[in-house]
Amino acid sequence: MNADEQKAFEEEIYAFVGREVCPPTPAPDDVNMAMIRQWAEVLGETNPAYLDPAWAQQSARGKTIAPPAMMYVWGQEGFAATRGRAPNAQVDLVETFNRYGYTGVLGTNVKQEYVKEVGPGDNVSMQMVIDNISERKTTSRGTGYFFETLATFTDQAGEVVGTQRFKVLKFIPQEQPAAASSDDGGLEVPTRIASPRGQDNGWWWDAVDEGKVLIQRCKSCQTLRHPPRPMCGECQSMEWDSIESSLDGEVLSYTCLRHPAIPGYPKDPICAVIKLGEGTNIVSNLVGCEYEDVQIGMRVKGKIEQVDEKTLLPQFYPA
Amino acid sequence: MSDYKTLSCAEVSVGDKLGAVDVDITTGLVVCGALATRDFEPVHHNKAEAQAIGMPDVFMNILTSQGLMTRYATDWSGPEAVVKSIDLQLGAPNVPGMVMTMTGEVTAIDADTGVVDVAVAGENNIWGMHMQGTVQLALPREA
Repeated sequence: MNADEQKAFEEEIYAFVGREVCPPTPAPDDVNMAMIRQWAEVLGETNPAYLDPAWAQQSARGKTIAPPAMMYVWGQEGFAATRGRAPNAQVDLVETFNRYGYTGVLGTNVKQEYVKEVGPGDNVSMQMVIDNISERKTTSRGTGYFFETLATFTDQAGEVVGTQRFKVLKFIPQEQPAAASSDDGGLEVPTRIASPRGQDNGWWWDAVDEGKVLIQRCKSCQTLRHPPRPMCGECQSMEWDSIESSLDGEVLSYTCLRHPAIPGYPKDPICAVIKLGEGTNIVSNLVGCEYEDVQIGMRVKGKIEQVDEKTLLPQFYPA
Repeated sequence: MSDYKTLSCAEVSVGDKLGAVDVDITTGLVVCGALATRDFEPVHHNKAEAQAIGMPDVFMNILTSQGLMTRYATDWSGPEAVVKSIDLQLGAPNVPGMVMTMTGEVTAIDADTGVVDVAVAGENNIWGMHMQGTVQLALPREA
C-alpha cells in the first residue's frame, strides 16, 4: 500500500467510528433458570444466588439473580453464527480490514461493568456501537489496528444493566511458527528434557527405567561414586560395578526453582542435594511437601516414579 | 440455609491471596462452555475449523473464560458479594489437554463502598498466561 492508498484505507475504516452495530435489541428469551443452570453446570458454578431460589429468597437480595458474566449471553445470535453473520457495521468493518490484508483477528480485552443485577423474568436488551479505532500499531502478532465496541445493556424498564467494552486487534498475519502439535494435529503436551545417555552414564539411566537407583563402586578400592564417571577418584582404577541404593537420605541443601517456568515441569519445583545412606550425594526433586516445610537435615525417602508420559525419575518424599 | 459464608469488607486485607485452583481444559469444557454461552463460532466446537486457522484443537471462548474468572472470585467471597465489574486481558488460548491454574490476590479495598479489587490470573501449563485481570466485588461492610 502506498501513502495515498494507506490514507484512503484509514479514511474508510475510521468512518466506522460511532456507527451503530445494532440498535437496542431485546434478547430472544427472558433471563431464565434453564439457561442459568446449564451455564452453571458447565462452569462448575455452585453459587446459590444463581441456583438456589430458597436461599436467594432469604439473602440480602431477596431474589435469584443471573450470573453477571451471562450479560452478553442473553442476546447472542445462536446457531446462525455457524453460517456466517448478517451484515452490520462490525461485520462490514471486519470485511474492510480483511480486504486490505488485515485478516488476522484477536480479541485482546473485554471489560464488563455491572450496574444492576437481573434475574429470571427480566429481559436484557443490547445496543452496540463501534466506539474507537486505534492508530496503526506494530504488535508481536503483526501490524494492525485495535477496534473497540461498546455495548450497553438495559432491562425491560429501560434501566441500564451494564456495559461491555470489547477490544479486537485486526492485523496482517506474520508467518507464525506452526503451533506445537502431534501427528493428528492435536495438542502435544511437553515432557521433561530427556536425560542425556552417554557411554559413561547411560547404564545409570537404563537402571532408573527399571526402577532402580544404582551407585557406582570401584572394584579396586570399593569407594562409591556418583554421578557416574569412568575412573575412581581415589585409586584411579577404571574397573567398577554398582550397588542399589535403598533411597534413604537426608537433605544437605535445597532451593526452589521459581523462574523461569519450564514447559513440561511442575511449577516451583523443589530441587535438593540429598545425602544417601550409602554415603554418596544425589540431586533430585523433593515432592509431597511445601518449600516452607523443608529443612536441612530432614530425613527423606526416594522412589522412582513416572513424572510424565516419557520420563521416569527418582523423587524424594519426607520420610 | 445460611451455611454459605460471605466475606465482609472488614475481614479482607490488601495482599490476601486466594487459593490456587486448577481447571482441566477438556474438549467437554471448551465445547459445552461455548454452547452454554450461546457462542456457536465453529472454532469453539469444530476441531477442523480450529485447525484451519492454525490452532491444534478447539479453543476456549472468551465468555467461558469470563465465567471462570468470576466464579473463582465469588467462590472466594461467598454469594452475597455483588460483582461490579470484570476487566480481562486475554493471552494464550486454552486448548484441550492443558491445565489452567487460577490464582488471585486482593489489590485494593474501598472502605466507603465496600468494593474490593481482586486481581486474577489464569495460566495454563503449556502456553502460559491465558487471562489476567481484575474482578471487582462489593462485599458487605460487616459480617
